[in-house]
Amino acid sequence: MKILVTIKQVPDTATQVKVAADGKTIDTTGITWIVSPYDEFAVEEALRIKEKRGQGEVVAVSLGPDRVKEALRSCLAMGCDRAIHLNDPAWAAADTLATARALAAVIKQESAQLVLCGRQAIDDDMGAVTAQLAELLGWPCAYWIMEETIDADAKSVRAARQVEGGLEVFDLPLPAVLAAQKGLNEPRYPTLKGIMGAKKKEIKDLKASDLGGAVEPSQLSVVGLQALPPRPPGRIIQGDVPTAVKELVRSLREDAKAI
Amino acid sequence: MAGAFWCIVEDDRNGSPKKVMAEVIGEAARLAPGRVEAVWLTDKASEAGLKQLGEWGAARVVLLENAAFAPYRSEVWVAAAAELAGKEAPQAILAPVTSRQREFVARLAARLGVGLAADCVGFALEGDKLVATRPVYAGKLLSKVTWAKAPWVATLRPNVFRPAEAQPGKTASVERPAATAVGAQMKFVERREEVSTGLPELTEAETVISGGRGMKGPENYVILEDLGRVIGAAVGASRAAVDAGWRPHRFQIGQTGRTISPKLYLGFGVSGAIQHLAGMRTSKVIVAINKDPEAPIFKIADYGIVADLFEVVPELTKEFKKLLEK
Repeated sequence: MKILVTIKQVPDTATQVKVAADGKTIDTTGITWIVSPYDEFAVEEALRIKEKRGQGEVVAVSLGPDRVKEALRSCLAMGCDRAIHLNDPAWAAADTLATARALAAVIKQESAQLVLCGRQAIDDDMGAVTAQLAELLGWPCAYWIMEETIDADAKSVRAARQVEGGLEVFDLPLPAVLAAQKGLNEPRYPTLKGIMGAKKKEIKDLKASDLGGAVEPSQLSVVGLQALPPRPPGRIIQGDVPTAVKELVRSLREDAKAI
Repeated sequence: MAGAFWCIVEDDRNGSPKKVMAEVIGEAARLAPGRVEAVWLTDKASEAGLKQLGEWGAARVVLLENAAFAPYRSEVWVAAAAELAGKEAPQAILAPVTSRQREFVARLAARLGVGLAADCVGFALEGDKLVATRPVYAGKLLSKVTWAKAPWVATLRPNVFRPAEAQPGKTASVERPAATAVGAQMKFVERREEVSTGLPELTEAETVISGGRGMKGPENYVILEDLGRVIGAAVGASRAAVDAGWRPHRFQIGQTGRTISPKLYLGFGVSGAIQHLAGMRTSKVIVAINKDPEAPIFKIADYGIVADLFEVVPELTKEFKKLLEK
């Protein structure tokens, strides 16, 4: 079976981000880029499905500028067979729906039977593309999955999704879309052999025109980006533990009115 | 701009709206007084639940009731909600951030061909536009976004917006249009309940206690749970504690866990790594207890005590008990 994994390249959590001169995007100078952590769970799960079945193909897909090749290359190093890079300035301001439209077109072209996504990308935390892909493709969808099993004849997948208070288990006929939650698996580190092999694997560039059609304008646009206002300075409560605790409880009750 | 502001009802799966709906309805009423409508997809709504929505300020409740709406499946809900939206052309569709609403409204926005802003912490009407504020890049920046056309679809972070105050006696008109459920492709197998700690749910709790690496081991969380029972708090953990296997992942607060925004956050032995701050920095009051005076969490804490948490927690439990018994 062919499995397609959608990934996004995002700034490393620990990296400092600054607003660019346009006041709407981030200044990308000096940023360390990584594959969004939830997407690594999706890649790992796809590789495990292929390994368990002993056959199949795992294709990593990403939308973004030239730098995104590096993220796709690390997915290839983990073990993906090939990659597709949606690389066109026409997608520069793509919102989740425009992104989902482009990805859905690729999924149709590739006739994938299963699509795995990360729960959300950790840059803009929208968490929408998985559901929007399912809608555009007319496929069933399970969010925040903690486990999955493909049946023997690859006709359906049993997935457990995390909800408030428990797990809900469903059978989804394939093709289907799944969003990986942390806890689904422990992503592997690329081996040296994997890293060397990745250099020979294909990363295919696609333009908007290759997907048959103009890019529709984004429905959601960023009008401004600003640093978080700093919190007022806090107070370290001094004294021995019983004294400090008494003062903390008093402050929470009387000053902060938080309890 | 005359259309209604829909508030998609998140319920407790037993016929009552969750209390986070007071926040969604409260914000909708601030933005569009008199045009607040609750849209409720459920297999069973209680009369008390319908009354509650009216008291919070919904002028009208549209109840889409069908046995096939539970357990929630996006494909079924979206078909029913999109049909209603097609007839009524709402101006905005708002829902609280919960696991299912995040999926549902994203899919609904795609069906309607409109934009979605998830996990918003603020809204402002600017002329005939709605501008939403949402934390991005691990909460380090705030992004302002706007929609090209209506309906404006958004989810609201719990505990951020001022809840509507219930006005006893205020009622909503309740309509029950025929709720058609399309045949679902996905089939429900089972629900596995979590072992309940008896404490509030992390994302909903007004007070959250978090234990980090300083907890030293899984057996020590019992002292945080004791404190939690005294003050009615949820107990969560940092990534370090979850990755060490001390707590299940569902208790993780942070970028790859739950995002919380309680009135009061108490961190014990939590260092305050950026990825943890991403999940809790919109908390109103932050308290940090850590032995290490250099722990980054002190930089964002309103109150801090530099001390051994194993000495502080029992004292704190005792003092809170005294206070709350008064």
